[in-house]
Amino acid sequence: MHERFTTVALVAGVGCFALAWCLEAWLPLTHIGRIPVKTLEELAPEPTETFLELAELYPKSFKRAYGEPTADAFHDSLRHARDTYIAEGCWHCHSQFVRPVSNEDIRFGAVSTAAEYQNEMQLPQLLGTRRVGPDLSRSWNKHSTDWHVAHFFEPSWVVPTTVMPNYRWFFDENDEPNRTGIAMVTYVMWLGSWTEDWGDEIDEAGENDS
Amino acid sequence: MSTVGASQKIVDYTVVRAHLTAGLFFFVVVLFTGLLYGLQLQQLYPFPGIEILSPGRLRMVHTNAAAYGFLVNLFAACLYWIIPRLTGSPTLSVTFGRVIFWAWQLIVLSAAVGILLGEAQAVEWGETPTWIDPVALFGAALLIINLTVPIARRRDRNMYVTLWYYSAGFVWLALVYAMGNFLPQYVLPGVGGAAVVGLYIHDLVGLFVTPMGWGLMYYMVPVILKKPIWSHTLSLVGFWGLAFFYPLQGIHHFLFSPIPMYAQYGAIISTIAIEIVVFTVIVNFFMTLRGSADMLRTNMSLRWFYAGMVMYFTTCFQCAFHTTLTFQKVIHFTDWVVAHAHLVMFGVFGFWLLGAVDYLWPRLAGNAWYSWRLRAWHFWGTVLGLVLMFGSLTIAGLVQGNLWAALAPWEQSLIGSTPFWTARTVSGVMIIGSQFLLFYNMWMTTRRPTLVEEPHAVLVDDAAPAPV
Repeated sequence: MHERFTTVALVAGVGCFALAWCLEAWLPLTHIGRIPVKTLEELAPEPTETFLELAELYPKSFKRAYGEPTADAFHDSLRHARDTYIAEGCWHCHSQFVRPVSNEDIRFGAVSTAAEYQNEMQLPQLLGTRRVGPDLSRSWNKHSTDWHVAHFFEPSWVVPTTVMPNYRWFFDENDEPNRTGIAMVTYVMWLGSWTEDWGDEIDEAGENDS
Repeated sequence: MSTVGASQKIVDYTVVRAHLTAGLFFFVVVLFTGLLYGLQLQQLYPFPGIEILSPGRLRMVHTNAAAYGFLVNLFAACLYWIIPRLTGSPTLSVTFGRVIFWAWQLIVLSAAVGILLGEAQAVEWGETPTWIDPVALFGAALLIINLTVPIARRRDRNMYVTLWYYSAGFVWLALVYAMGNFLPQYVLPGVGGAAVVGLYIHDLVGLFVTPMGWGLMYYMVPVILKKPIWSHTLSLVGFWGLAFFYPLQGIHHFLFSPIPMYAQYGAIISTIAIEIVVFTVIVNFFMTLRGSADMLRTNMSLRWFYAGMVMYFTTCFQCAFHTTLTFQKVIHFTDWVVAHAHLVMFGVFGFWLLGAVDYLWPRLAGNAWYSWRLRAWHFWGTVLGLVLMFGSLTIAGLVQGNLWAALAPWEQSLIGSTPFWTARTVSGVMIIGSQFLLFYNMWMTTRRPTLVEEPHAVLVDDAAPAPV
């Protein structure tokens, strides 16, 4: 009786799987699910400074790819960057998740919270499981727009010891960032822009207006 | 010898040979994509600036082909060989099996091409482009149906432990694949999705690869040793332990994440618990081997299972420690994890499958192995290569994790990793070179005039010199 395919398939196969699903997925989801899921429009209503800066730096290429730097164009660029980030497997070498240990909050910035991930830019989630390069979830304040453009074109020009490959197909025939290049620079300089900058406290005290 | 004739009638040798060959074809893809990615980390990548050969994309082909090309095909070859023998019943249909074979190769190849064209999905081990996912699930379901029919129809009322693992493993494969490829992609964003992806990564290993591997080991080892396993009871304790504890562990891939802590603790505790279960398998193997260990000198297939079992002990021992929060502080995100993944997927299950290839190939070709010496070189080259890879990446992981925690400039962790990455490349070349010895040996085995008329007859190891 017990040594039958159906018994094994139902008890061990379906039963144990369902039990684990309840404990390790459904239960945590009841907590996480209370945080409302935001669309990109709710999350980042206005274009970032980087997006506007790119429109000025590369007017021809920008116009061809996005027209005017409107909010719609900005959202289009971020969604395209997210898709590119996945297509290129960026998340295999860069995490988007700062842990509360190993001095990560000192190196990268604020420790990640669940609410940061409840939005369409994290569907599918991009926490990552390996860091060859640094975490990117706080990358907005680490480098300038020019630095990122040069870095995507040839990483070793700005980081001599880098092992990151170049992404020449992010650039057009004039070596200006194309639709994808503009999107990627906008994206990495948007990630974490909702967290506190190192300089914020000084800003508030009025001692630094840069 | 009447049983021999009977099993030849119910086993479709063609489909076994086809899956075995396809598995080794994708093995070559896995080996070279891995090597190329390793070269990128040494700034020696031979095709820079080419979009479809971008290292990031090749890396996803590496893992995807390892799971669905290499492992699934070789396990399928073993399933087609073993299930009819254990049940005394053929699969649902020979033609069906061959159609599924070609459909599956098309799925795996399309996935690789899709990934190279930039259509990958952001799920580890589920890189398969989203439009292929439903097709792959359908293909897997057909394979499962074809192989479940003989289990349901079997004459013997008792089920050998191998069939327990296979029965549950089939159900789990379908459930796990659907869960991991659809929920985090379309339904669950953020950390909830991460929890499910964690379950998926781990369940594909624990609820598909592991049951298929344990089932294979429990069949092959007694057959090679010509004696029953040491304890059938213990083997079933292992089965229920796996069924209960393995599905609970996925979140240990995202420790210190914003996933609720009780779920993380649950994953850690069940991970430590499974190590006890794993020991039932290890004990059963070594107790079965007791008194027959001399065969390790003369039987290459057994030697692969033995080496894999030693690796299994290592990897599971390691697991119980590095799943703890204490270890995770340092080793998470580092090459330690990469070393562990290679030890499990290649050092354990890959080795057992190479043991199965060693056992099956002369029986499929109808000839005894061409050269014992080549088999021995293949074994030692692969084993030493893997040990070097595991060792160098493990140390690299410790170097990286400690440099990060010490707030050294990021570049320092790259400079510190360089010697170990060089050793890893050397180990990769060793492993690749060794596999070509295997392929040459297999080719020559098929080309020789038939020495043994009965394909299933006992094939004595060919004139072995003093075994290496």
